[in-house]
Amino acid sequence: MPLERSQVEHIASLARIGLTDEEVQMFGEQLSQILEQFEVLKELNTTGVTPTGHAGGLQTVMREDLAEDSLESEDVLKNAPRREGEFFRVNSVLEE
Amino acid sequence: MAELNWLSIQEAHSQLTSRQISSVELTQACLDRIEAVEDRVQSFLTLTPETALAQAEAADRMLAAGEGGPLTGVPVQIKDVMCTEGVPTTCASRMLENFVPVYNATAVERLLGQGAVMLGKGNMDEFAMGSSCENSAFHPTMNPWDLERVPGGSSGGAAASVASGEAIYALGSDTGGSVRQPAALCGVVGLKPTYGLVSRYGLIAFASSLDQIGPVGRTVMDCALALNAIAGHDPRDATSVHQEPKDYAASLGQDIKGLRLGVPEEYFVDGMEPGSRKAVDEAILALEGLGASVRPVSLPTTRYALACYYIIAPSECSANLARYDGVKYGYSYQDTNDMWEALEKTREYGFGPEVTRRVMLGTYALSSGYYDAYYLKAQQARTLIRQDFDRVFQDVDALVTPTSPVTAFKIGEKSGDPVQMYLIDVCTLPVNISGLPGLSVPCGFSDGLPVGLQLIGPQFSEETLLRTAHAYESATGWSRARPKL
Repeated sequence: MPLERSQVEHIASLARIGLTDEEVQMFGEQLSQILEQFEVLKELNTTGVTPTGHAGGLQTVMREDLAEDSLESEDVLKNAPRREGEFFRVNSVLEE
Repeated sequence: MAELNWLSIQEAHSQLTSRQISSVELTQACLDRIEAVEDRVQSFLTLTPETALAQAEAADRMLAAGEGGPLTGVPVQIKDVMCTEGVPTTCASRMLENFVPVYNATAVERLLGQGAVMLGKGNMDEFAMGSSCENSAFHPTMNPWDLERVPGGSSGGAAASVASGEAIYALGSDTGGSVRQPAALCGVVGLKPTYGLVSRYGLIAFASSLDQIGPVGRTVMDCALALNAIAGHDPRDATSVHQEPKDYAASLGQDIKGLRLGVPEEYFVDGMEPGSRKAVDEAILALEGLGASVRPVSLPTTRYALACYYIIAPSECSANLARYDGVKYGYSYQDTNDMWEALEKTREYGFGPEVTRRVMLGTYALSSGYYDAYYLKAQQARTLIRQDFDRVFQDVDALVTPTSPVTAFKIGEKSGDPVQMYLIDVCTLPVNISGLPGLSVPCGFSDGLPVGLQLIGPQFSEETLLRTAHAYESATGWSRARPKL
């Protein structure tokens, strides 16, 4: 079932990606084609099958609770698009 | 002094330690080659010739002092998805166009610790999403065997640089075939190690349960030598495994008599390019001739692997790429005071179409109401795909398959059709889904374009894959072919 425009816009808003009208159209068509490829999974009986999150053999890996040096703050801020002193500068988060 | 840039790591190491050549000479030979062909191949995003020559001088001092290992003084290209301290790391994305890491990825750190010489950063599909290198935000890379064709992807720069003699070897990353497929399309060797064997620290994340760094070389031995340097536990990556250090080069040269190889019929898909089919069939006969026993096996869940992968990888990608918010690093849209508008514009302008497509696909698969039908279902399929491999590996030591159903295609031929592009990964992505090692080795040509043979083994069977590929390579000599550029 092809995705509706409103669905594409909803997905884009969840992903926080702005789209032009043409992109809404294009991604709607392409995502619908891709989703069609996923239909094949419906024929697979997965009742009672444990899901696999990753194929590595490790479970929760713990380490000693030791204090370690982290990056210097100058290094952390080096790539900041906007900074103010020791801080990242962002637009106002709370509304007036 | 002719053509030092075509030496293997092994040959270069031998000539470096006997002081027949210096690392500066070897590095200069690669830089000269880059000067001569790079405008046509375009395998690099960033070139670092000055630091390369400085690293070469340092390597020469190490070698003169009798120090160093097989990689000391040998020039390498690093895929631009791995962080390199002080050297731009863009992931071929506008989003990271001006990003300069403040630390090295562990794999890079380990190479540099051995005295490696970094020539620069390799082109790729943006954020490693793609199979042709056409998704690079900056420029495409051309296949050295035919400049009108793609080198494969996403590690297209890695494969093209090695195939064209610009670099001696390269590091790539492989999430669904991104080392093996370009290696096949460019006629070089590519290895995707077992999940967890090589640290992902400093590897910019695409799909964390699938991503793995791997080497690209002109010979199997070179991949083994590079793997020796980058494999091993790293406390900074929680998925990195504790393994006894191994010398992956040690078993090369041993025969493969009695080795049990399986050929899964499902990997010879409808529509497979006939010349590739012929080359792979002949390679299987050659392996039999070398003493391996070959039997057909079946992996029936293979038909679900593509859907499984293209749900899981975009889902993980949508979560990983949520970090690109224009606040801490990367592109940042600033012509507004509105937080949400800034965020949406940052991501609209920073991401290219394939990245946006996958972020949206993953967001959809994880969204309320669709999670069970897509993400959970794909994770269950993942279990069944893994179990299929576990079952066949009770009877065989490794699997032999094509790496790609097609040879290098024309630039632009498939870029408008995501589904066609995704289908190219059909033989490689089950390996990532299952966390297995896979290797692509050249097995001939079809209409003048390279064909790759893929070997797949159980987890941590890299030695078997390398030994088998080395035996095949030694018997056939495809790895000695060079493109006319």
